[in-house]
Amino acid sequence: MKKIAIVLVVALMLSAIAAVSFAEGDKPFAGTTLTVYNWYDYIDPAVLTMFEEQTGMRIEYANFTQNEDMYARLEAGAGSYDVIFPSEYMIERLIKEDRLEELNLDNIPNLANVLDNLRDPSYDPGNAHSVPYMWGTLGILYNTDLVDEEITSWQSLFDDKYAGSIFMMNSLRDTIGLGLKALGYSMNTRNEAELAEAGKLLVDQKTRHLVSGNFVDETKDKMVAGEAALAVIYSGDALYAMEKADNLAYVVPVEGSNIWVDGMCIPKGSKNKEAAEYFINFMCDPEIAQMNMDYIYYSSPIKQVVENLDEEQAANGALNPPQDVIARCEYYNDISDAMDLYENIWMEIRMAR
Amino acid sequence: MKRSWYASPYALWMVLFTAVPLLFVCYYAFTDASGAFTVGNFTKIAQPMYLLVLWDSVRLAFLCTVLCLLIGYPTAYFLSGRDLNHAQSLVVLILVPMWMNFLLRTYAMMTLFEDNGVINSLLEAVGLPRLHMIGTEGAVLTGMVYNFLPFMVLPIYTVLKKMDYSIIEAAEDLGCSPLRVVTRVVLPMSVPGVVSGVTMVFMPAVTTFAISRLLSSGMIYLVGDMIEDYFISMNNRNVGSSISLVMLVLIILSIGLLRKVDPDNSGGGLW
Repeated sequence: MKKIAIVLVVALMLSAIAAVSFAEGDKPFAGTTLTVYNWYDYIDPAVLTMFEEQTGMRIEYANFTQNEDMYARLEAGAGSYDVIFPSEYMIERLIKEDRLEELNLDNIPNLANVLDNLRDPSYDPGNAHSVPYMWGTLGILYNTDLVDEEITSWQSLFDDKYAGSIFMMNSLRDTIGLGLKALGYSMNTRNEAELAEAGKLLVDQKTRHLVSGNFVDETKDKMVAGEAALAVIYSGDALYAMEKADNLAYVVPVEGSNIWVDGMCIPKGSKNKEAAEYFINFMCDPEIAQMNMDYIYYSSPIKQVVENLDEEQAANGALNPPQDVIARCEYYNDISDAMDLYENIWMEIRMAR
Repeated sequence: MKRSWYASPYALWMVLFTAVPLLFVCYYAFTDASGAFTVGNFTKIAQPMYLLVLWDSVRLAFLCTVLCLLIGYPTAYFLSGRDLNHAQSLVVLILVPMWMNFLLRTYAMMTLFEDNGVINSLLEAVGLPRLHMIGTEGAVLTGMVYNFLPFMVLPIYTVLKKMDYSIIEAAEDLGCSPLRVVTRVVLPMSVPGVVSGVTMVFMPAVTTFAISRLLSSGMIYLVGDMIEDYFISMNNRNVGSSISLVMLVLIILSIGLLRKVDPDNSGGGLW
């Protein structure tokens, strides 16, 4: 029933927008082919159709599953993409390496729709190179049938009580980052002693056989199936899992965590910069952002969408992180210059048995 | 036109997709991030911690090969029997699973082995205790054997099928017991098939990572995982290349050893 309703709404909006655009007859970029490189399954396909119909542009759409994959492709074939969707630490790195075009914000008036706390971020001052697309947090998803307390701290992941029933994340930044947070340090530290301490905590966790799995994409389905008591997870995946199972709860631990933002950027070498800016502006339109949020069910950075959340959604901390959660979270910074330190610790964690 | 010219499409393919990439691997393996010559990548992976990962990969691949041989040889022997009417259709049955993508099959195995998976639900339904399978070495080995078994059965089957049956009759006529026919005649004559089968199982097994990652829940860390981590997570293609190069040399060495067993390469294998 919900699906049918959505289809109807989309159809209505499609015709409304089509009518408006035909009336104006204003298609400055008609005939342009725009190459968009986004995360896998991270947009409502209807949005792309609408965009094509409204502007007369054609969209070539490509997918990636990890920032690092995207980086490798970008490095190999500069100039082949017009819009990319990297996360905050990758944006910082791409800016540092001069791989991003500076945006002409006059062409993106809808930037005004973005939540204030996500504008002018530390990774990209003044939004000179990026506009937020989706955002969220890193936290713990737990099974209330298997856990009889309220989880509030990263320390639960190191509690013998849950031995053999903990899923960690097969991801360098998130794993070492949460270890650092559990000890009260920054997730972006370059301090050798702090990193070593976090490494020891996480190696101990494995040698004490607390961990029963290391995943990224499989975590959500396994948590729905009740395969573990606790799992480290991105808020977006947590939302997906909680939709499917009532006995799951999500928490951003009190020690703080990562707040991530996937932004929209134009890589250097794009031949359609203005059309790409038009696309970015289009994505920040409240109705379009609403369609994407309904489809992906991640947190949208667009004010009007947040105001539009129903009571249940607004109370859902994974979908609508409260101010105190945001206040205790930090962005990832680019640490590629300190990768040697992280590398050794990551290898020790992965190889621990 | 000279006959060797017919090989030129393949030669071009080999140069573009084998020789050139290999040169890149060698270049990156012996340089650091700035492009200067170094052997530091190799001294790094010579640390005990890294060698243990290598040892695990070789050990699992070896166990997988042995299991495939123990299951595959009798199967091939049975299928090659002259009096078997439907041998061809049985061979097709062995091939059928290979028509499906191996990742799909491995995902299916994962849901079988999970703590709340299909097998455990069945066990519970008939009143038996649950088993913890996912994440164990046993689950990984089962997945590997399941995936690689056809590569062992088929070459052995082909060799046995082509064997001149009159030789076996001669051995029987000369008073050989059935057991001795197998050990003294059939086994030695099937060595080329075994060598080919062992090669075709061991090589993919030693570098596997998708099967091991899914069925070990990411808890067993093998060389394939390590190479991926270096290339992708740590953006360090230098160490990644040096591990790949070491693996390449190991595989070439083990194939060289196998060739000693079958010097005239009559197994119709890859080498």
